Amino acid sequence: MSTINESRPADALRSGDHQAEAEASATKPLGGIAGWVDDRVGAAKGVSFLAKKVFPDHWSFMLGEIAMYSMIVCLLTGAFLTFWFVPSASQVVYDGSYVPLQGVTMSDAYRSTLAISFDIRGGLLIRQIHHWAALIFVVSVFVHMARVFFTGAFRKPREINWVFGTILSMLACIEGFAGYSLPDDLLSGTGIRAMNGFVQSVPVIGSYMSYFIFGGAFPGEAIIPRLYSAHVLLIPAILVGLFTAHILLVFVHKHTQFPAPGRTNNNVVGYPLLPVYIAKAGGFFFIVFGVIALISAVVTINPIWAYGPYDPSPITAGSQPDWYMGFADGALRLLPGFLEFVSWGNFTWSMNIFPGSILLLPIMWTIIGAYPFVEAWVTGDKREHHLLDRPRNAPTRTAIGIAGISMYTVLFFAAGNDLMAIKLHLSINDITQTLRVLFFVGPVVAFIVTKRICLSLQRADRQKVLHGRETGTIWRYADGRFEEIHAPLTAEERWVLVQHESPEPLALTAGKDANGVDSPIARKERLRAKFSHFYFRDRVAPATPSELEAAHHEHDHGGHVAAPAGEHEAIESGAGSERETIKADRHLD
Amino acid sequence: MNDNETTDTGAGSALAHGSGSGAVERHADAAADLFENPGLPPHVHRAADDDPAAAKRAERQVATLFGLSMLATLVFLVSYFAIPDEATFFFPGIGKAKTQNVVLGLSLGFAIFLIGIGAVHWAKTLMSDEEIVEERHVQASTAQERAKAVQVVATGVESTQMNRRPVLKYTLGGALGLFALPLGLQVAGSLGPVTVDELKHTIWDPKDNGGKPIRLMRDPEMTPIRLDEVTLGSVFHVMPETLQKYIDEGKHVLEAKAKAAVILIRLEPELIKVQKAKDWGVDGAVAYSKICTHVGCAVGLYEQQTHHLLCPCHQSTFDLTEDCAVIFGPAKRPLPQLKITVDDAGYLVAPQGFQEPVGPSFWERAR
Repeated sequence: MSTINESRPADALRSGDHQAEAEASATKPLGGIAGWVDDRVGAAKGVSFLAKKVFPDHWSFMLGEIAMYSMIVCLLTGAFLTFWFVPSASQVVYDGSYVPLQGVTMSDAYRSTLAISFDIRGGLLIRQIHHWAALIFVVSVFVHMARVFFTGAFRKPREINWVFGTILSMLACIEGFAGYSLPDDLLSGTGIRAMNGFVQSVPVIGSYMSYFIFGGAFPGEAIIPRLYSAHVLLIPAILVGLFTAHILLVFVHKHTQFPAPGRTNNNVVGYPLLPVYIAKAGGFFFIVFGVIALISAVVTINPIWAYGPYDPSPITAGSQPDWYMGFADGALRLLPGFLEFVSWGNFTWSMNIFPGSILLLPIMWTIIGAYPFVEAWVTGDKREHHLLDRPRNAPTRTAIGIAGISMYTVLFFAAGNDLMAIKLHLSINDITQTLRVLFFVGPVVAFIVTKRICLSLQRADRQKVLHGRETGTIWRYADGRFEEIHAPLTAEERWVLVQHESPEPLALTAGKDANGVDSPIARKERLRAKFSHFYFRDRVAPATPSELEAAHHEHDHGGHVAAPAGEHEAIESGAGSERETIKADRHLD
Repeated sequence: MNDNETTDTGAGSALAHGSGSGAVERHADAAADLFENPGLPPHVHRAADDDPAAAKRAERQVATLFGLSMLATLVFLVSYFAIPDEATFFFPGIGKAKTQNVVLGLSLGFAIFLIGIGAVHWAKTLMSDEEIVEERHVQASTAQERAKAVQVVATGVESTQMNRRPVLKYTLGGALGLFALPLGLQVAGSLGPVTVDELKHTIWDPKDNGGKPIRLMRDPEMTPIRLDEVTLGSVFHVMPETLQKYIDEGKHVLEAKAKAAVILIRLEPELIKVQKAKDWGVDGAVAYSKICTHVGCAVGLYEQQTHHLLCPCHQSTFDLTEDCAVIFGPAKRPLPQLKITVDDAGYLVAPQGFQEPVGPSFWERAR
């Protein structure tokens, strides 16, 4: 729908850019180290391509950057930690400088984590930075994901990258779980104990899996070194590999951009990598790293010395995993116990555990990963999309997203049901029951409310386009009426509100073949039409020029007793001749 | 005119629904009736673009930020050596803090953060902020490129003679399909050992003690418990006497504890509503497995007033007066009870082990 007008200033900018490049290459020959490198790898071609690469600007595009940078901080500090951490469950007696635990038997993993915290100068800081960076990594991955979802950035040609991102976000959670389990403190050990229970709940092979994972009976001495190799080698290798592919695809596709004047589906408008993005994005790495370090300096995270070494017998109240595993923990708290049953053959089905602990993650991420393909099938849209949707302009998608988030949020809060009960002086049973109901009701309500809000916002956009924006200026007429003056939008302001498409539901064609029999294709199409109806049944079409014209017309010949034209002009003096066309709106319906 | 129509196509005559005049015509000639992209707005100059004084000011600000970063680095280097490991101080609003961590963290944080702020400020004030337009191209290759790729691949495959000699194709497929099996088998086969029956066994079994009843010991002191020490309402965290052997050998202590942990509580005998629970206890003192039947956390919270045992992991609640039946939460089964009596010396003992597997459910549990 977006077309480029060849005579736009945008093109003028671009032609100037080519000149600048020609001048640059003529001015200074490549010599020294740069010449030496180029002789061997021909880097100059790539450098000029990269340096000119354009990135559009928007604050929400920084979310992915936060994820990228906090991951790098994790890799860096993680490498430091491996120098001192001993991934061993063999039992030793603590003789370090933390007095309360002296003489206590503990695993070497816990002892070395205490050493990092108390006996290695700056070690605590590195540990804290590592943990905070990990938490921020997972947060930013999820928020970035939400941004991509709600703006429709996952649409063709970026579906593959969405799938990569989906896998990355799941790996981030698993990597985090493996990481915080390593110190072998009471809290994380309890987490591993619960994980053992999860694994045992798997039908048929659960007990075997438990013995495989733990190398024998729980807890054994194998789990710490195994988690360690998963945490520092296996998962990071996949993470970094997928992340590299993720970034490369961003380069290949060029970044999406929000709709704005001059920005079309066929161009990308922004600043070049050199110098602006090097400075901004590079600088942003330092900002992210710096902020994480500042947080780590003043806010303690995971004070393992306060928990003590892992022992299966003691436990602390308020045992909870790191936040990103909260939703799974919450699911376990909500699943009622009666779901467990013993079938014929005396086999135990732990349906009070298995769905929440083992199935939830793959199911959730499969749904997320599959979403672009479902939506593409429903819309039948085979075009490339490089302009982002404003979330309100895709009401059903936005509502689906919010419904999913509300489901997640219910599970997340369920993981804190004990703390809510204590802090709010409520019955934990009531809280749990309420959340059980909310898990099913919440998403439905969230879907309906969100969709309505989106449609209302679209209507507000139409209103604004057709009748201008509210100025806050109240005009009193000679006959005593009061009215607010509306100022018309500029073409630039208007464009953002009218540029989008508003698809209509797919209409069914004849569903019978030549012999009057329902064809299987038609049946599939009928399902698709149903989905399409679900998606696009409620729609608010963007305002069109003829509607705007009609609105003007109506204003000029409105039913009200018109105020003298001169008064309006007086109010809008200085607004320019273009603005005089709409004047005040008298139809605040 | 109604600007707010929500077009509904549900009822067949869809597009006419809702809005009186405008809608039908609008959709009919929708292709032509669209606003046009007004194009890039003109570039607005910033203060530093036009005013040399503003540019100079920006330069000074950026340089100051970089300078402060260097200063912070210096603070870090000095504090690394100057601050003793054990020093603490009172951090307003936070509490007692380790001086070293706070000073090193703040100086490192600012050293890094200020570089970032400086670079971004530089980019925003002095570097060109004129936006550049780059054209996009469809991702798909052209038809010729595709045809060429198909041809290149076809030629390559042809030259392997794979199609003329299908036996090569099938044997290669078979070999590639199978070669990962040894690797998979090695991992899967050697991660074990698997002794699932172990899950049903705890060291409370008198067979582990030469057939003698096993004394209840305080955890972690490993001292025996006399009945008269178990006062009304008190809670004991208990391990079996047999654990001592593991502690002495220093082997498999945690594995043994992971299933053997027991909680011993005394309440008024008449509160216990289940006869078996009363019989398996002594004078209102009853012992239950402390391992939650949900996923195996220690059921460590005892509510004295209500006689409930609560698991802090997922809030399964067990009622002591009801033989530890689940009254709320995700667990299904009651905590298994350990039968206790008093031996000749007046100490609490378990004459028999648990009569059912303790801890979380597993597939073969009931078999």
